Amino acid sequence: MSSRRSLALLAVITALAAIGCGSSGGGKPTLVVSAAASLKDAFDQYAQKFPQASVRASYAGSDELAAQIEQGVKPDLFASANTKFPHQLFQKGLVEKPVIFAGNRLVIAVRASGGKVTSLADLEKPGTTIAMGSPTVPVGTYTRQVLSGLPKADGAKVLANVRSNEPDVAGVIGKVAQGAVDAGFVYITDVDATDGKLKAVELPKSLQPQVAYGVAVVKGAKHPKQARQFINGLLHGAGRKALEAAGFEPPPGAGS
Amino acid sequence: MSAQAATAPPRSLTARGWFPALLGLALAIALAFLVLPVVAIFTHSSPSSLISSLNDPASTDALRLSIETSAIAVAVIVLVGTPSAYLLATREFPAKQLVVTLVELPLVLPPAVAGIGLLASFGPGGFLGPALRNAGIPLTLNTAAVVVALIFVAAPFYLRQGQAAFAALDSSWLEASRTLGAGEAKTFARVAVPAATPGLAAGLALAWGRALGEFGATLMFAGSFRGITQTAPLAIYGEFATDFDGALALSAILVAVSGALLLTVKFLVGSGAFGGAAR
Repeated sequence: MSSRRSLALLAVITALAAIGCGSSGGGKPTLVVSAAASLKDAFDQYAQKFPQASVRASYAGSDELAAQIEQGVKPDLFASANTKFPHQLFQKGLVEKPVIFAGNRLVIAVRASGGKVTSLADLEKPGTTIAMGSPTVPVGTYTRQVLSGLPKADGAKVLANVRSNEPDVAGVIGKVAQGAVDAGFVYITDVDATDGKLKAVELPKSLQPQVAYGVAVVKGAKHPKQARQFINGLLHGAGRKALEAAGFEPPPGAGS
Repeated sequence: MSAQAATAPPRSLTARGWFPALLGLALAIALAFLVLPVVAIFTHSSPSSLISSLNDPASTDALRLSIETSAIAVAVIVLVGTPSAYLLATREFPAKQLVVTLVELPLVLPPAVAGIGLLASFGPGGFLGPALRNAGIPLTLNTAAVVVALIFVAAPFYLRQGQAAFAALDSSWLEASRTLGAGEAKTFARVAVPAATPGLAAGLALAWGRALGEFGATLMFAGSFRGITQTAPLAIYGEFATDFDGALALSAILVAVSGALLLTVKFLVGSGAFGGAAR
């Protein structure tokens, strides 16, 4: 490469980097939100109706996000698909007191057309293939809670059909939608978000775990004021509406 | 790249002047940045957690699976990649640059894009999915799917290096071999491959290292299940959330295995164990 061409290349790279830096400005503070993968649609909607800050959200398994915070990562806000992780971080002095802001329902997701799974009992049949969350991610914990409510032999039959333990709920949805497995345990809101590509098979009421979402302001957050405003909106304002529109249930009664 | 020998002898480090100092500073910065995360993995994990990680059956299952699947992937890559690289290095044909670019494309694909591409082509709902299922070799959340993902991401490293190695050979050798009566195939097997072996081995080490480290495409295409599809990087990601020390320990072991692999190949090449021409 001639030196003139490499200089030109360098100029292009510098210009691109400058554009990249410039676009993050714009006056408003940037609220960094770490949220459970299942909250993606609702939070993306809410972020557009949150005038106090531009929201930059990172969605992953709640367990991964909690581990990041333990390792010193400081988002402004942590929203988890359970109450356990925010509570643990609170006890370690890493986040402020968490509040419960939403509930959800665990269901079996199947493809909308031609599925062979129509009930929980179908998951025990040999040849049925299943994806679920890994034991560390909330959706996987809730799933194993459901299976422990079954007679032991039946629960074991379901587990024997598991083909993938996914790190977050998005992975489970992907495996079902791609036809890699017949069914997967996810939240009803995840099925709603697929716009009819997947449908939900409900679990028996007696086995339904209580799915509660906790949120907390991270200690040492850059924008604690906006973070609290964001939480207020989740409880009463535009966030509440976005959650309802995505199919989330109101926060279940008092919990930890 | 590495096949091109420098003509001038390397200058002594003790040469004076501001420019050599600047070069030294740049290298020091690069070295510190690249080495620190690797060193931190080892200084952060205690020897006892290393041992307990080796005793954890989930970790050893993941390591065993990683080594097996990457070895199979590398074997396939060498078998198909060596003649491919030879062709690319020794022949001219229309649109050759396009072919070379296409072959190298997976190098710059984000893992998530590789995963989506594999699903869309070989996945159960993909282009070849039904045909593969009918043939009795479905690539759905099984070990074969892991191998396919590894081949896809690692093969370009070998092809690229192999092409450079063959291209660096003195073409008069190959012509001499042919004029002495050896056929094209014999020339390839007896002259070209042995002479290019150091470069091919370097490509093999790079491809193997890349295969051992593969994460995103494997997770999307093959899923994660202990003993079947959960390779060491997937196990590290899974353990990160609950057991940071365990994840560190398994990382350290994976670094050691990958490093040992690179060093072994370099050592064998350096000692001439492959019988190849020294560079």
